[in-house]
Amino acid sequence: MSVSTVPAVLRSLDLLGGWTIEGVNSLGRFGAFLGGAVGAMVTPPLKFWAFVDRINFIGFRSLLIILLTGAFTGMVLGLQIFLTLSRFGSEAFLGPAVALSLIRELGPVLAALMVTGRAGSALTAELGIMRITEQIDALEVMALSPMRYLVAPSIFAGILTFPLMTAIFDVLGIFGGYLVGVELLGLSPGTYFGEMQTFVDFTDIALGFWKSISFGVIVTWVCAYKGFHVGHGAEGVARATTQAVVLSSVLILVWDYFIGSVW
Amino acid sequence: MIKVEGLTKRFGSQLVLRGLDLEIPTGSITVIIGRSGGGKSVFLRHLIGLLQPDAGRVLVDDQEITRLSGEPLDAIRRRYGVVFQGGALFDSMRCADNVAFPLREKVRLPKAEIAKRVDSALAQVGLEGMGQKYPAEVSGGMRKRVAIARALVTEPEIVFFDEPTTGLDPVLVNTIHHLILDLHRRHRFTAVMVSHEIPEIFEIADRVAMLHDGRIVEVGPPAQLQASQNRIVQKFIRGEPEGT
Repeated sequence: MSVSTVPAVLRSLDLLGGWTIEGVNSLGRFGAFLGGAVGAMVTPPLKFWAFVDRINFIGFRSLLIILLTGAFTGMVLGLQIFLTLSRFGSEAFLGPAVALSLIRELGPVLAALMVTGRAGSALTAELGIMRITEQIDALEVMALSPMRYLVAPSIFAGILTFPLMTAIFDVLGIFGGYLVGVELLGLSPGTYFGEMQTFVDFTDIALGFWKSISFGVIVTWVCAYKGFHVGHGAEGVARATTQAVVLSSVLILVWDYFIGSVW
Repeated sequence: MIKVEGLTKRFGSQLVLRGLDLEIPTGSITVIIGRSGGGKSVFLRHLIGLLQPDAGRVLVDDQEITRLSGEPLDAIRRRYGVVFQGGALFDSMRCADNVAFPLREKVRLPKAEIAKRVDSALAQVGLEGMGQKYPAEVSGGMRKRVAIARALVTEPEIVFFDEPTTGLDPVLVNTIHHLILDLHRRHRFTAVMVSHEIPEIFEIADRVAMLHDGRIVEVGPPAQLQASQNRIVQKFIRGEPEGT
């Protein structure tokens, strides 16, 4: 039976089936990629200096943007929450409100989004260029695992640096809120920090900590995968970089909701 | 010996290799010629295990590599050196570090010995004193020579060259070809080169194989191909346009 004699409904089903199979295959490759990276992370030889380089690349070089966004996020929170609370005469709760918003939610999410934009995109572009210039192939034919040299150190660095950057973001944010609430709007320092100690407990900090670790895995995993499986030429690298940032950002928000709802 | 039997590869609806057969004798320089986009590089990527065929097999000293992966494939690859079309140098490393990289990672040697071998490899390709430059700071011809030095520094048994002279001027083409010939005489590796530098490659090849339409249409010593009655071979060697 020629293509033209196949009923339209069967052709649609064929198309749908093709997409489904491709989708499942892609998910499988995506999962296997992480599996391969974890395998390279836990088996010797460990590439210590590659790991240090990735900490610098993902973490240290993102510090400035984390400091800036953390401070201003805290200042905006301080201002808006103070104005809202003052309507109810509850300004004393500014400290815990700022701290809880940052520690549970905004710190991990915004820090992860900032690092995605700064380091995640750069990671995809770097690996993408290595792919199209055959540098990754060169590693493979030297019988050296690109997973071990390029991907595992990035994911490991993500796991280590994301919680640290989130902690810095949180601390800067809390002091940003302090600057606005206490120094500009006249709340007493004792009230700001005292109420914080009462309302913020360890489970809030643990939630932020686990979120940031999982975001570290998501961002480095997605960005490395996209760089590794880049299309052709400069356009392929550009497309992969865009996809990596968009997919990482969406996954961060979806995972944030999921982990927040079950915690 | 490398033996290729019935190698078939399809990308989507395009059949690139159609049951390709070829034998590459140990210690020889075998050059694969053919039109651009004709599947030469795809064929080479099968030989080095970067692509797996849809059908057929590649045997290296009677060991089939086409279905290998992981450590067994790596064991074969440790016998390889590969010079990629664009050099594939690590752009974050200096030229000397590029050459030293396979030694540092694959062979346990003292630092002084590695430095000695790197200097020697760079000297063999005429790049003494250039090791501290980054790949972006040297010319295209120099990058190709660094790539050759990196491929040969581990003293491989089999070296693959993927169009090592593409984009170079005629003087550099000859320089690279004579460099390869000279290194081959010294180290006696098996060389497999993909090229369309006609007639220059006839001077250095022991055997030439013409790849056309996914198959080897003729293989033999350079003189045999030059005297070939095969119309496809003759048209390619003379550089006649399609349809004449």
